[in-house]
Amino acid sequence: MKEATAKRIADDLLRPLLNTSWRFFLLVAILGAIVLTGASAWMYQVWNGFGESGKRWPVFWGFYITNFVFWIGISHAGTLISAILRLVNAGWRRPVTRCAEVITAFALMIGAMFPIIHLGRPWLFFWLMPYPNQRRIWPNFRSPLVWDFFAISTYLTGSVLFLVLPMIPDFALVRDKTTGVRRKFYGTLALGWQGTTKQWHRLESAMQIMAIAIIPVAVSVHTIVSFDFSMAPVPGWHSTIFGPYFVAGAIFSGIAALIIAMAGLRKFLHLEDYLHPVHFANLGKLLLMMSLLWTYFVFAERLTTWYGNGTSEMNVFWVTQTGSYSPLYWTMVICNFVIPFPILSLRRTRTVTGCVIASCSVVVGMWLERFLIVVPTLGHKYLPYSWGPYQPSKVEIMIMISTFAAMGLLYTLFAKFVPIISIWELKVGEHPFPIEAAAQVKEHAILRTNP
Amino acid sequence: MAHRWGMTVDLDRCTGCGACVTACHAENNIAVVGDAQAAKSRAMHWIRVERYWEGDFPDVRLKFRPVMCQQCDAAPCEPVCPTYASHHTEEGLNAQVYNRCIGTRYCANACPYNVRFFDFYNPQWPKPLHLQLNPDVSVREVGVMEKCTFCVQRISAAEIDAKAEKRELKDGEITPACVQSCSAKALVFGDLNDPESEVSRLSRSTRGAKLLEELGTLPKVTYLARQTQV
Repeated sequence: MKEATAKRIADDLLRPLLNTSWRFFLLVAILGAIVLTGASAWMYQVWNGFGESGKRWPVFWGFYITNFVFWIGISHAGTLISAILRLVNAGWRRPVTRCAEVITAFALMIGAMFPIIHLGRPWLFFWLMPYPNQRRIWPNFRSPLVWDFFAISTYLTGSVLFLVLPMIPDFALVRDKTTGVRRKFYGTLALGWQGTTKQWHRLESAMQIMAIAIIPVAVSVHTIVSFDFSMAPVPGWHSTIFGPYFVAGAIFSGIAALIIAMAGLRKFLHLEDYLHPVHFANLGKLLLMMSLLWTYFVFAERLTTWYGNGTSEMNVFWVTQTGSYSPLYWTMVICNFVIPFPILSLRRTRTVTGCVIASCSVVVGMWLERFLIVVPTLGHKYLPYSWGPYQPSKVEIMIMISTFAAMGLLYTLFAKFVPIISIWELKVGEHPFPIEAAAQVKEHAILRTNP
Repeated sequence: MAHRWGMTVDLDRCTGCGACVTACHAENNIAVVGDAQAAKSRAMHWIRVERYWEGDFPDVRLKFRPVMCQQCDAAPCEPVCPTYASHHTEEGLNAQVYNRCIGTRYCANACPYNVRFFDFYNPQWPKPLHLQLNPDVSVREVGVMEKCTFCVQRISAAEIDAKAEKRELKDGEITPACVQSCSAKALVFGDLNDPESEVSRLSRSTRGAKLLEELGTLPKVTYLARQTQV
């Protein structure tokens, strides 16, 4: 690693903001075109009727809810991991936290669109919100969908705050380094940051509070998403394991998304000096642990279902294990365990490339997991007369592809306008900040007096 | 005393003719979706006649089971609806308020009987079929759920008549379209709170059983069949 002085850090990390190549415009144009296609596919569905999706009796939820759960799951990488790493004060987190937190904010925005896209009458989506209205009726607070609304909006607010707070000193830095429109733009965003001791102290306290507050929120969000399924008396859904199972799966897929995003940033923004193989190796270890945890949850869930041997549960069990959904099921097991486990276990393969391969496999596998939770169950409820298959329509596939493009587009734009690695936190890492150093001294003192 | 509407279905009487399905479509303005949509299993039959084969060829028996909304007392479709479109009336019916429905389709997933249907497109009645629409039943637009109402329009009409004439409702005065059209008299409708009504008497029969009773949904439809020792 080259000598990373404060000036070099600032120069390297501000470069993407100040210089724009034609590649950036090309990428934005391509991703933007895909997003627009997805948006028009949705408008086509709204205009012609919901029948343009592949839903049918009795599979009333399909790709849209799969994508909803998948994207909310992806959002669990950022804020949760970053908060935990901040609280345990892991030094290697510094270059990772911001690009992780951004994933949360964008994945949540994308995920939260799906419950609206999937509505039969999406123009009335606001009826899910409690507000005084002429219909003189509140939303039904017993409905898990209303819980979703509160959980996701709380999590989005919290993680955007958590993302924006540590950006303020960096905005101030950009403000001081630029002129003209840019100076005005970043000056507004910097909210009058001067870098006084009082301001630093407030920022540190706010970050501590947010880091502690956001963890239970993150855990509760995916638990509540799992309640959408486990609250319904439906075979394969009505299970107490769903809360922790969903949270574990969410963190699992989230870390995979984070590793892919970091590898992309490292390559395209030339951040090799900041995102080291050790960051990938550390996140790879975390991914390995989550892969084992996920496999354990699947095993526990499958074993209890099989042992319980309930008639209707076993129908869903066999249709995924050996029936028509078994190719997808075993692909999921391969993607989530068989591929990542050896790659991430061996130090020799836990390289940047190895971690990215494992992560791509996990993202595919976790998407399949969401699909296999939603669809086979709905197609095989209690009365065999009403069983049925499901096939996604072109509209659904197009909308799904466009959400991946939307993630890429938002991420690209963000990296263009905001330093994707927290400059001030890196500098603090190089030269411990007075307040932090003082805190550490105090900590040592406490440790010494209370052995 | 409030009414509590219920039904009995005598499986030993049902011939599987499907008259109930046709009558229900006509009475309740249920859209006919056409062959292409029906092939995608988007047909909306508020009541359906399930066919089950028993035994191996050539020794087979054909069994019919008409299934409509079971009007559960503990209905899984009701708590999951975010907008109270699916809710319980004072007379124990699972009402569906079309204007409140935003089409989350959660109720249909929660329903163990799969008796809820979704309007995938705006309904169309090519002329002159529009002339046969029942003026007492609202026509549903695209994106809402619909289901068997026990012909609530007929229940309300009879109740209003009885009130105007200052008298009690008589047993058998109300007949939903399916009951009216059942030539085998397999379907019986009435007030479960009236212990003397025919439906109450039949519901207490030892031949009676509820569909998926073990789920604890407390259905108000009782299926009557000869009980055999297995």
